[in-house]
Amino acid sequence: MKIITVDDSSTMRRIIKNTLKRIGYGDEILEAGDGKEALDVLANNSVDLIITDWNMPVMDGLTFVKHIRADSKFDDTPIIMVTTEAAKEDIITALKAGVNNYIVKPFTPDVLKDKIDTVLGKKD
Amino acid sequence: MAKLSVEWINPFIEAAEEIMDTVAMLKLKRGKLELRENSTVAYDVSGIIGITGEAVGSIALSFPKKTAIAAVSNFIGEEVLGIDSDTTDAIGELTNMVAGRAKKIFSERNVKLKISTPNVVVGKNHTIVSPKGTPSIVIPFESDAGELAIQVALKPAV
Repeated sequence: MKIITVDDSSTMRRIIKNTLKRIGYGDEILEAGDGKEALDVLANNSVDLIITDWNMPVMDGLTFVKHIRADSKFDDTPIIMVTTEAAKEDIITALKAGVNNYIVKPFTPDVLKDKIDTVLGKKD
Repeated sequence: MAKLSVEWINPFIEAAEEIMDTVAMLKLKRGKLELRENSTVAYDVSGIIGITGEAVGSIALSFPKKTAIAAVSNFIGEEVLGIDSDTTDAIGELTNMVAGRAKKIFSERNVKLKISTPNVVVGKNHTIVSPKGTPSIVIPFESDAGELAIQVALKPAV
């Protein structure tokens, strides 16, 4: 399982990486500090799951997701958005852009595992 | 919510109390609100987030060094010893979570806001200056790890 975590906060990347390891998804984790950096990383890497923040400088998560969904290479790659943007209209916007699931910060390891299992089709 | 009132401030207080409790494990005890034209915070590190939409301004989360270290250590699950780049990044993320939670509370009241990415200021007795005509409300808190404060400088968009 290869996962990329995209967040401008090194703290959040560290917390997400540690949480992924705790819940059994820590095999290989790539990192990027914003959407543009993530596109550069993904130009040379394929991943099984993308976990991205929304509110980032340079290229925000929403723009990043739209780029990803426009690339046939990543048509089916599940995307989970992990962000503070918890307003209902934001969730609808993210889902319309191609996000598969959504986690509001702060979150527990159980919630992250549940969302990952759901987008990977490991549970109903 | 046509003017700056308690309705504009309470979501930030609620958000700060909730986030600091669940993420930084600090139970906050609220002090007396103060209205200031320009806010001077006698603390050492502040996370600041800009707000636009139906109201314009900023929210700042300000800590003395001791409280910042305790809050960040609890947040990341590792002991930090001082105010370094990891600590300031974590303070920015805590501020982001508070602003995001407040945004959700406003959204439930049909008030739409947008929040910027956080900036973090480090320096003893630093000053956060609100735009002219935007009053700043300072809400001090006490916790087991020490003091902290939030400052909300906000006015309804024209």
